[in-house]
Amino acid sequence: MRIGDAVSTYPSDEAIFRTQTQKVWMGIFIATLLTFPFVSSPYTLFLACLVGIAVISATGLNILVGLTGQISLGHGGFMGVGAYTAVWLADNMGMGLALSMPLAGLLTAAVGVVVGLPSLRVKGLYLAIATMAASVILHFIFVHWEPVTGGNAGINLQNANIFGINLNSDLRMYFVVVPLAIIAVLGERNLLRTRIGRAFIAVRDRDISAEVLGVDLLRYKLMSFGLSSFYAGCAGALWAYFFKVVTPESFPLDTSIFYLAAIIVGGMGTVLGPILGAIFMTLVPEILKILTAVVVPILPNAQVLLSPVRVVVFGALIVGFLLYEPHGMAEMWRRTRRYSHLWPFKT
Amino acid sequence: MADDILELKGISLSFGGLKVLSDVSFTVPEGKITAIVGPNGAGKTSLFNAISGFYKPQAGEIFFKGENIGHLHPPKRAKLGLARSFQNIALFRGMTVLDNIKLGAHSHLKTGLLAALFYIGKAQREEMALREEVETKIIDFLEIDHIRNMSVASLAYGLQKRVELARALAIGPQVLLLDEPVAGMNREEKEDMARFILDLNQEWGMTVLMVEHDMGMVMDISDKVVVLNFGQLIAQGTAEDVKNDPEVIKAYLGSGNVSDMRRRLGVEAAGSE
Repeated sequence: MRIGDAVSTYPSDEAIFRTQTQKVWMGIFIATLLTFPFVSSPYTLFLACLVGIAVISATGLNILVGLTGQISLGHGGFMGVGAYTAVWLADNMGMGLALSMPLAGLLTAAVGVVVGLPSLRVKGLYLAIATMAASVILHFIFVHWEPVTGGNAGINLQNANIFGINLNSDLRMYFVVVPLAIIAVLGERNLLRTRIGRAFIAVRDRDISAEVLGVDLLRYKLMSFGLSSFYAGCAGALWAYFFKVVTPESFPLDTSIFYLAAIIVGGMGTVLGPILGAIFMTLVPEILKILTAVVVPILPNAQVLLSPVRVVVFGALIVGFLLYEPHGMAEMWRRTRRYSHLWPFKT
Repeated sequence: MADDILELKGISLSFGGLKVLSDVSFTVPEGKITAIVGPNGAGKTSLFNAISGFYKPQAGEIFFKGENIGHLHPPKRAKLGLARSFQNIALFRGMTVLDNIKLGAHSHLKTGLLAALFYIGKAQREEMALREEVETKIIDFLEIDHIRNMSVASLAYGLQKRVELARALAIGPQVLLLDEPVAGMNREEKEDMARFILDLNQEWGMTVLMVEHDMGMVMDISDKVVVLNFGQLIAQGTAEDVKNDPEVIKAYLGSGNVSDMRRRLGVEAAGSE
């Protein structure tokens, strides 16, 4: 049981990790992340990299949808912009990831701001359609701007390195992706401690009174679109470095929906939500795959029979979350924590 | 005699054919509590909206510290020092009490996006200075320290009103516009709110302009009372003067004269035999 928190200064009250226990757990978590790749199988390492990339992208989408309340179906398209830009910069300008990823992020942010312009006029479903249209346009560009994007065949990344180190293994990618994911999440958390994060939430909760209090709606909506797209662009760049090939089909409209589902399942507007959601959405299909593999010895053609069932179960899990925990996995986690703090007393 | 900080000259406002305010002129003395009263539909909230810039009056001028502010948008007026609260609570429900109050100070802060993402030096110092100011000046003063980390959605009505007042104070206003600060409150909450308004006025020297239905409170704490009826200013002066003004008594209690009432309701054509 935890009784009170003995903070006596404002900085310690507004710190991200406020208690010793939290710091210890965080240390254990970081240590686990560091040792994990050396004990895991190549397959789980591969998945871990995917989760890392998904965490960055979902965190970006959460800034826009969860914090600022502007719905977007353009996130997949933004990841595509980042992926193509990073590959082009790496192969044609000989840049390493340390330069190509932020530049790809910046270009994507610029695209995001342009796509976000309608948000000043339209809200909700209308904005969803407007951003979806943007993602269709981006897809069209990916297919038809052949000198740069390589058309339907896509482009291969020849020169994947960072600071001269060749990123040719999942292990090396892991140590690039995971620290970046941590920085991305910390960035979002910090944002929430300052005027900008507060302004985002104000725009989401009650835009009229936000305006009365001096929050410039135009500025903050576009800032949110830009920042969210920057995250998407960086995630797309990492995705390209990970798979070493980008085609127009790498980021279909499904990707945007995938990330929306991730932040809804995880818990919109929380810092933890997109992380949990990204893990859930990436790993659950894999877990279901493993489960069907277990049945194979008993039922030889289980793979064929059960693969459609897998999709249905995955869908049912998402619906289940919407019904029983609309605030997402982050809320479940919060409740569990609260329970453990108060144990043995009832909450 | 105190200087007038806010001056309204001949404000007229209508929506289509509906005349909401006609030729309303009065002044708000600096460092005093001024109340606008009147029966339902007298145009009190519309007058407030005109002052804070939501409605554009068709005629008339508004001077704030001698400067015509009639053409300014609401956020600009807020920045000049006109802070308002709303009749229906307009807090940000997804935020804690502390964050709601801090948001009031938004336009005084300067942290940029990059500094915010990394929470480096300047951003952190600015946030800490703000926290200290909010804590010592506002939260202590309004006695809401026990709820500072709670989400506003979970608070009782009276407390939400108090948080809204806190947020208006964080704007750093020179004139505080309160739209029905005690509406819907129980007696205890009303007394608390009246005490805060008086303290604000006496300790901070704050100029308060409020719209309020609760006559008891208005008569007790106001230095000046302005009475509106059907969009027209019918009386102004001290609480005592206004209370005994025959026009005011007529507006609230009626004159007992049927044709008088018909005239006021604008039905003389239809109602005359």
